[in-house]
Amino acid sequence: MLQLDHVQSDSDGFRLSADLTLPDTGRIAVIGPSGAGKSTLLDLIAGFRAPSAGRIRLNGQDITSLPPARRPVSILFQDNNLFPHLSVGSNLMLALRPRGGRTRPEDHSRIENALHAVGLDQMGNRRPATLSGGQQSRAALARVLIQARPVLLLDEPFSALGPALRAEMLGVVQDVSGKIGGLTIMVTHDPHGARKFADQTVLVADGVAHTPQDTESLFTDPPPALRAYLG
Amino acid sequence: MAARAVAIIAALAVAGLILGPVAAVLARAGDMPVPGPADWQALRFTLTQAILSAGASVALAVPTARALARRRFPGRGLLITLLGAPFILPTIVAVLGLLAVFGNKGLLNLALGGLGVPPMSIYGLHGVVLAHVFFNLPLATRMILQGWLAIPSERLRLAASLGLSPVQVFRALELPMLQRITPQAFVVIFVICLSSFAVALTLGGGPRSTTLELAIYQSLRFDFDIARAAMLALVQLAIALTAGSVALWLGRAPGFGVGLDRDLPRWEDGALTRVLLDTLWIVAATLFLLTPLAMVVWNGIGAVLTLPAQVWQAALHSLGVALASTLLCMIWATALANRMGEWLALAGIALSPLVLGIGLFLLVRPFANPFDLALVVTALINALVSLPFAVRILRPESEAIRTDHIRLAQALGLSPGVWVTRVFLPRLRRPLGFAAGLTAALSMGDLGVIALFADPDHATLPLQIYRLMGAYRMDQAAGAAVLLLGLSLGLFWLFDRGGRADAAT
Repeated sequence: MLQLDHVQSDSDGFRLSADLTLPDTGRIAVIGPSGAGKSTLLDLIAGFRAPSAGRIRLNGQDITSLPPARRPVSILFQDNNLFPHLSVGSNLMLALRPRGGRTRPEDHSRIENALHAVGLDQMGNRRPATLSGGQQSRAALARVLIQARPVLLLDEPFSALGPALRAEMLGVVQDVSGKIGGLTIMVTHDPHGARKFADQTVLVADGVAHTPQDTESLFTDPPPALRAYLG
Repeated sequence: MAARAVAIIAALAVAGLILGPVAAVLARAGDMPVPGPADWQALRFTLTQAILSAGASVALAVPTARALARRRFPGRGLLITLLGAPFILPTIVAVLGLLAVFGNKGLLNLALGGLGVPPMSIYGLHGVVLAHVFFNLPLATRMILQGWLAIPSERLRLAASLGLSPVQVFRALELPMLQRITPQAFVVIFVICLSSFAVALTLGGGPRSTTLELAIYQSLRFDFDIARAAMLALVQLAIALTAGSVALWLGRAPGFGVGLDRDLPRWEDGALTRVLLDTLWIVAATLFLLTPLAMVVWNGIGAVLTLPAQVWQAALHSLGVALASTLLCMIWATALANRMGEWLALAGIALSPLVLGIGLFLLVRPFANPFDLALVVTALINALVSLPFAVRILRPESEAIRTDHIRLAQALGLSPGVWVTRVFLPRLRRPLGFAAGLTAALSMGDLGVIALFADPDHATLPLQIYRLMGAYRMDQAAGAAVLLLGLSLGLFWLFDRGGRADAAT
């Protein structure tokens, strides 16, 4: 159970308030107009931004002041999800052994399994730049699969892909998040994606992250803020 | 956190190396003599030659840059790249080349002699200015060319659609740019020439053409008058800091060779006279810059393989000094590739290497024979002198790496060691290679502090060449100069290449 308890974040006159509780498994979409604070919400959960008030708890443990790496959270950014000068395999190895040290034989098989799971067999030696956009996304998903943290955050990672590829990637995300078996939270611009992907949706508008609601009913009867956004 | 600690340690080391020697010089202020007539003469000469050198460089650079900005011809890109070369060209090599062209037995006097004109001497004020123009004309040309290419093409398009005449275009667009850039170029070159040592040592000399730096060297080397050397160092410090502050106030120092090749759309300049004039300038500037180098290679290439053992020994010393100072400078620059580092490094460049050398001499003397430490001190000071350039080259990329990748590194929880070795340094490789190449070449060709300290056993290659010149062994000097040129350019090429090879972006 991920709990944002009266959390507030202030920066440069912009305030985001969040007081909500999310289940510890399942898929949740975060939707709302640009600049409403969707990424801020993710940054708060991931630890890239400290709240000015309130606490964040995961399964009862207070993680408010933990640095990003010590949180049971993995994140896919909009870009820069892989180090461009390292092969995909080396990128995954860094995710596996972020503090260096000797690699073990089972590390390699874990990396191969992760690549297989996202459909990138035999691609471990390739540099990210030699992969297509879809393959890069798959490699990044292999990275979070290796990290296998209970909470997976996705910050519009597929917004640069075309509609068909994006739908395909959502399938891979469902796969990966099913394998990890935790909570997946995805920021998206795309109502169709949200409806297809998420059981529940958090609406972020006017500086407030609202309590999650059933995705279907939210979109069939949108509140005014969402209605304005959907147009 | 760890990165911050490293940066602070590096900053303290640099600050200590700047302030320690300066304090040592100031501590001697008590027993310093009052400046005498010779000292005032040295100050006057220093200022005169710097003003003339900067003025001539900028005045000649304006038409050269204008021609390069307006004309397209095969080899233009190469020529612009070559304009960056004097930066890593060993001074002593250039001096030998200038002697081969303008010296008593040089090409020019040969030609003049054929016409019955009495030979001209290159030694003295005009020789010093000539050498400074040789080194700084390319720098000034690059700065002004950058200004020309930075004029927005929309303005030129507007001028063309208004049908402005060349004179009107000049007054509306080019003159304001020149009014902004030329004072900057002047002051930068003025500062560089203020602390000129190797040129004054080889082409100046004599009581009438002695710079402050040369006077410092002479009072320590010949008279062993430490008090006078310290007094002169203080004067040098004062004018260098003043001029350095003016340069900073006028604008940033010149950047390095990027973005000089943007196409400049033109709707004028078809007139034959202007084409001819531009061509003339480009040819003259190219000849002026390339003939001396060609002469050095021509005169020396045959003697390289028969050079005496001392020269090879000196070459080994120079290689060692260059590699050590490159390593040190890269460690410093990587740790200090931030805003603070840039200011700190600039403070280092405002001080003349000789002043730092005197200070280190005073500091070391109670504990060891400074002459035994000649090579160590030289490596140290060379690293310090190259630091501003290295920091300026590394800083943009270093900051970009952090902006682009720090979140991923944090999300993965990379340890500082893994971050530096697997991400930061590999990503920084290209500018690091370029900076290391510049540092190595600068250090390889440096003839400064080493002249102050060295005994025959601890000579570097540039010093050895200077000694051969003093002994009138011009054939050997030319051979050694070719060796030095090869080593300097070779080191630059190796490091720069090493940074590029296999560097995925």
